[in-house]
Amino acid sequence: MTWTRDGLEAVIGLEVHAELLTRSKIFCSCSAAFGAPPNTNVCQVCLGMPGVLPVLNRRVVEFAIRAGLASGCEIAPHSRFARKNYFYPDLPKGYQISMYEQPLCTAGWLEIVVDGTPRRVGLTRIHMEEDTGKNIHDAHAGGSLVDFNRSGVPLLEIVSEPDMRSAAEAGAYLRALRSILEYLEICDGNMEEGSFRCDANVSVRPAGSTALGTKVEIKNMNSFRNVERAIEYELGRQALAVAARERLVQETRLWDAEREETRSMRTKEHAHDYRYFPEPDLLPLAVDQAWVDDVRASMPELPGPRRRRFERDFGLSAYDADVLTQRKDVADYFEATVAAGGGAKDIANWVTTEILRLVREEKLDRALVIRDWPLTPTQLAKLSRLVESGAINRNTAKGLVPRLLRTDRDPEALVAAEGLAQVSDRDTLEHAVNDTLSHHPDQVAQFRAGKERVLGFLVGQVMKSTKGKANPQLVQELLRAALARES
Amino acid sequence: MSALHHLGVREAARRVRAGEVSSVELVRASLARIAAVEPQVGAFLTVCEAEALAAAEAIDRQVRSGQDAGPLAGVPIGVKDIICTAGVRTTAASRILEHFVPSYDATVVSRLRRAGAVIVGKLNCDEFAMGSSTENSALGVTRNPWDGERVPGGSSGGSAAAVAAREVPASLGTDTGGSIRLPASFCGVVGIRPTYGRVSRSGVIAYASSLDQVGPLARDVGDAALVLEVIAGHDPADSTASPAPVPSYGDVLGSGVSGMRIGLPKEYFVEGMQPEVAEAVQAAVRELERLGAVAEPVSLPHTEYAIATYYLIATAEASSNLARYDGVRYGLRTASGSSLGEMYERSRAAGFGPEVKRRIMLGTYALSAGYYDAYYLKAQQVRTLIRRDFEQAFARCDALVTPVAPTTAFRRGERIDDPLTMYLSDILTISVNLAGLPGLVVPCGIDRAGLPIGLQVIGKAFDEATMLRIGAAYEQASDWHRRSPLP
Repeated sequence: MTWTRDGLEAVIGLEVHAELLTRSKIFCSCSAAFGAPPNTNVCQVCLGMPGVLPVLNRRVVEFAIRAGLASGCEIAPHSRFARKNYFYPDLPKGYQISMYEQPLCTAGWLEIVVDGTPRRVGLTRIHMEEDTGKNIHDAHAGGSLVDFNRSGVPLLEIVSEPDMRSAAEAGAYLRALRSILEYLEICDGNMEEGSFRCDANVSVRPAGSTALGTKVEIKNMNSFRNVERAIEYELGRQALAVAARERLVQETRLWDAEREETRSMRTKEHAHDYRYFPEPDLLPLAVDQAWVDDVRASMPELPGPRRRRFERDFGLSAYDADVLTQRKDVADYFEATVAAGGGAKDIANWVTTEILRLVREEKLDRALVIRDWPLTPTQLAKLSRLVESGAINRNTAKGLVPRLLRTDRDPEALVAAEGLAQVSDRDTLEHAVNDTLSHHPDQVAQFRAGKERVLGFLVGQVMKSTKGKANPQLVQELLRAALARES
Repeated sequence: MSALHHLGVREAARRVRAGEVSSVELVRASLARIAAVEPQVGAFLTVCEAEALAAAEAIDRQVRSGQDAGPLAGVPIGVKDIICTAGVRTTAASRILEHFVPSYDATVVSRLRRAGAVIVGKLNCDEFAMGSSTENSALGVTRNPWDGERVPGGSSGGSAAAVAAREVPASLGTDTGGSIRLPASFCGVVGIRPTYGRVSRSGVIAYASSLDQVGPLARDVGDAALVLEVIAGHDPADSTASPAPVPSYGDVLGSGVSGMRIGLPKEYFVEGMQPEVAEAVQAAVRELERLGAVAEPVSLPHTEYAIATYYLIATAEASSNLARYDGVRYGLRTASGSSLGEMYERSRAAGFGPEVKRRIMLGTYALSAGYYDAYYLKAQQVRTLIRRDFEQAFARCDALVTPVAPTTAFRRGERIDDPLTMYLSDILTISVNLAGLPGLVVPCGIDRAGLPIGLQVIGKAFDEATMLRIGAAYEQASDWHRRSPLP
């Protein structure tokens, strides 16, 4: 849905910084892992000691090419790193190695779906750069401290065209982008931990105009929800200013999530002059067609094509296919379970309900490898088959889930060992049915008086007397027969 | 037998390897010579006696146990104090790094050590290699051993003076605009500025990354060539270090110059040149012709733009390279100001000398928004033209022969307050750096004041061999390199 107010329309572009999941940093061999004790993943290179030089991690280039190919970008055969110069304690060299005039990937697009309508958002460029360290201001009374573990962690900067017309579209773009990066296994997409960061350029203009209004950059949004709220707030603020005939200034504003407002950080006059120039310590980057082809050949299926394949090959509903393909790990798990012998529709049911509920409860929001799932694909496939074959009923199966969690137990063996197999023996169940009827004459009378709903109660009683193991369809059938017989 | 400190590199190494002399004896002789002449030369900023003797003992043990102690076995060598040495302070002759002790060796230093060389100390230079007289050192005065009232040249003045004064048989310098060749010429020693990319810059404190190159200074071409062979070659820690194979220079030095075509760039025999310099170089050319070379005039038409081009590119890179000296992680930090900005300003104001500040300001200006195209970019375009001049000359010639500087060593204090005149000292060396070419200096005369005159031989990129052959042939036919300024 497009945002409009007082004849104005929104113009939104996003700049995303995605931390890459390489093992080592972009210009040295230090670990790029998150969460180590401060200043333990550091060396002379990422500390900016005198005389040391950057050496490009080829894996970072490969990841950037993946992102470029997945978003329809042109991959430049010749690109170049540049220095972005500014002073800050978390920037050890006094410059950040980034790309400027010659980025690696240009002119791509992403498909977003808002209100059921797909549309394309243009990507201006994707380039590689190094992350900074982190200033820590409240840990030490004598002054601020700097942790350089993050210094040199590889980033992709992904810049969109100003193609979005509402906060919802911006949100959809971010989700689509994160989904792709996760599929490519190059970024874990965690906004709260800062591995997926977003700044927004927001302006308003008379609806239908092609000129751009005065742009405001919003920073400090650390969740998808905050990005949408900050943009929504900022559009409102700008619309009010226009209505009041105030002049908007080009500036950077910070989102304050507590007070739900943006606040001015610096205006254009105080903007940095970064004095970009080509990085002389690195050779111009040459990426030949063979390299691009190699990367292309190693690319996984992306979310869009996979969704369409799930609908087609597994006969899933559009909704189920969408839910199952948003996260690559979920889609992988689904497919692994089907491959382990589960029926596609039943497994889709299990995954979209029970399994994703467990994932949410356990906050398993990172990319999961198969062995991290609450149930292994084999366990879930067997569980599903036990139900479909009538060996156990669905409730018994759900009841078994907590006992299978993170174990290597075989559901079939568990069912056998604990005598949980569904009872479908007519004689046994008929006995239980007669027994139940004789204990509940009032309900029998009500049923016969036409109160159909009482049947449910009677089924429940039979199930209870069989410790839940009875085949519920058969119980219902036998109950009806018995009630009809005795009338 | 002459005193041990008079031995050249190859002879000293030969004797150590043959067990005729121990490395400890050589190092003690060097230390004794240093103690004797340093009061009048002042080449060293740091003498590492204990480390040197320990290293010498280790070499002697290797020799005694029959191991190959390397081509530089046991030879004492001095290293310009802009090249990092693990555990030995490395100052760049600057207050800001006065107490800085690196934890790592530069690649060239570890290659020297692996070849058996013993580092006896760190040599004075202009602060961050910015200067032509070594007068910009913040930490000491180096005098020309031929005349204590004269400068040794710069920036590698200590490296040249120490070799001339027979304190060490060889040293390492760096050459960004002539910083090996000018002091080699002023001090009457041999100096090699290798092709850009021939020698690793890893661990060499950067002044201007696209121009800096490490090279040897020694008393004859053979010694310098051997040291070059040891330090040259690809380095995984420096992406700009070329993988081109390093020839065995010793094998080609004696091949003579018969039939070789030698170009004499007319722009290098300038008005106002000290007549004795021009005469000595012309005499050297006649000598080469007598040896079978064919000399012919060539033109390098963009020579007049070299100084201006250099002072835009070098200072632009320097302004960025020196940003890391911010007082945050290492180096000088003045008593904290009341803000981060003040801490930066005060530390850098106190830590850098006037020439360094001048160049940081020039470079910052050249890269600034609105000036980049007119200065930095234009300079890069002119740099391409200068490179093409050489390519055209080399289409006809195997090497070029020129003077090194318009004059012999000037008096201390004479140009220090006149930066532009000082910059013109490099007018005949600076184009080589802009074109990324190798240059060799060999002594070719003595002027009436008793000061050495140097001959510059400029080679094609990565063809140091031809340039060294010419130098060696000339040296064979002359005895200028055998003269010693001090008894």
